Amino acid sequence: MAWFEDLKRQFDINFIQRNRWKFITTGLGNTLLITFLSLLLGLLIGIIIAGVRSTYDKTADTARPTFGRRVLGFFNGFCKVYLTVFRGTPVVVQLMIICLVIFAWSDNGVALASLAFGLNSGAYVAEIFRGGIMSIDNGQFEAGRSLGFNYFQTMQHVVLPQVFKNVLPALMNEFIALLKETSVAGYAAVRDLTYGGNTIAGQTYNFFMPLIAVALIYLALVMALTWLVGKVERRLRSNDH
Amino acid sequence: MTTDVLIRVQGLEKRFGKDIHALNGVDTEIRKGEVVVVIGPSGSGKSTFLRCLNLLEMPTSGAITFEGVDITDPKVNINRHRQKMGMVFQHFNLFPNMTVLKNMTCAPVTLHRKTKEAAEATAKQLLERVGLLDRAGAYPNQLSGGQKQRIAIVRALCMEPDVMLFDEPTSALDPEMVGEVLDVMKQLAREGMTMVVVTHEMGFAREVGDRVVFMDGGRIIEQGTPEDVFEHPQNARLQEFLGKIL
Repeated sequence: MAWFEDLKRQFDINFIQRNRWKFITTGLGNTLLITFLSLLLGLLIGIIIAGVRSTYDKTADTARPTFGRRVLGFFNGFCKVYLTVFRGTPVVVQLMIICLVIFAWSDNGVALASLAFGLNSGAYVAEIFRGGIMSIDNGQFEAGRSLGFNYFQTMQHVVLPQVFKNVLPALMNEFIALLKETSVAGYAAVRDLTYGGNTIAGQTYNFFMPLIAVALIYLALVMALTWLVGKVERRLRSNDH
Repeated sequence: MTTDVLIRVQGLEKRFGKDIHALNGVDTEIRKGEVVVVIGPSGSGKSTFLRCLNLLEMPTSGAITFEGVDITDPKVNINRHRQKMGMVFQHFNLFPNMTVLKNMTCAPVTLHRKTKEAAEATAKQLLERVGLLDRAGAYPNQLSGGQKQRIAIVRALCMEPDVMLFDEPTSALDPEMVGEVLDVMKQLAREGMTMVVVTHEMGFAREVGDRVVFMDGGRIIEQGTPEDVFEHPQNARLQEFLGKIL
């Protein structure tokens, strides 16, 4: 049982001695916090962009070239550029530019990482929502308008309740992807879970134990969330009206 | 039937893109209490004409005067006027996430036309009239096609409109369900509702229509009483059309 003794010794060095387990727990806390904050920011940005883009597209036929229409056109163009930039460059590069260039004076790593991942996630959430809005049959929209609802009332009462239901599974999958993506936060010296494992490895010159521990924690989180997505999907199907 | 004009259409044109001329100058009047049935081959512009009446399609040019107001004027709040123009679609377009009762009361309550209690009372009366009171709590996917369309009709009626627009209301239905929808429409016509109906149901046009309008190529080619149009068609294209379908 020599290998078992060896394992015990490694465990002791990597997690027990000098309370090194705290790197893992602090990192996990930061990972969850970054994921949660960037999810909120991503949702906010995504809903705004999807709103601008689909309003612009949906009102194209009937719109008159008023001042308001031109303002909307400007924001629509801005949103398109945003989507191109944030979906067209790696998230780790965006993270480093935000943390090490734009906000180099700040050392609030968790907040900056949340900002970076939130800005990035917003681009993907926007496309999820826009796809959800565009997938609703135009007849629903026309029925709302024919009853006398204006554009926004139709969106609020008729279209969006159906959209939220349709995109919920896709949003939760984005949430799962986001959780894993935050593992690159260490590139900007943000002390997330992966960075915590890496720090231990750097002190003990032992990569196996800390990295396996980190991987298992991610796996457990993702499996729990995946289970939740499946449950929500089944729920939505069962009362699919 | 009174002679008050409810909708006046003048020089109505609609182009999609540069090349497609869906409507090429339509002039007509719809009087209060009148049942106008629009017939014609597919692509003749009859659905576009109907959809222009409540501006679901924005006309390229021309004027539509509804209750004395030119609703094509950009300054007009079209949403207020649409509340007075009920519309029934080929594919029902019920809201799948709402019960039948909510489908009917959502608009009048949200738009402050009625209190929730009053709207529900009206909705239940209407449901009783079309024999679907027991389905008030059902969701649209639990209904047959004919039931869905009857609900779509009473949903529009719940806003107490001055005119009802029907866009091929029976075209998406199984044959055995067409009758139940037409019966509701006939009842509505008897009660004096102003109706504009785009349909292929010639029996309905003959029986219920005060006036039959034949469209082709984005124009009104011929119009008159059902007897005139069906028994003594003047225009060659109308004769050909009737020859094919009757």
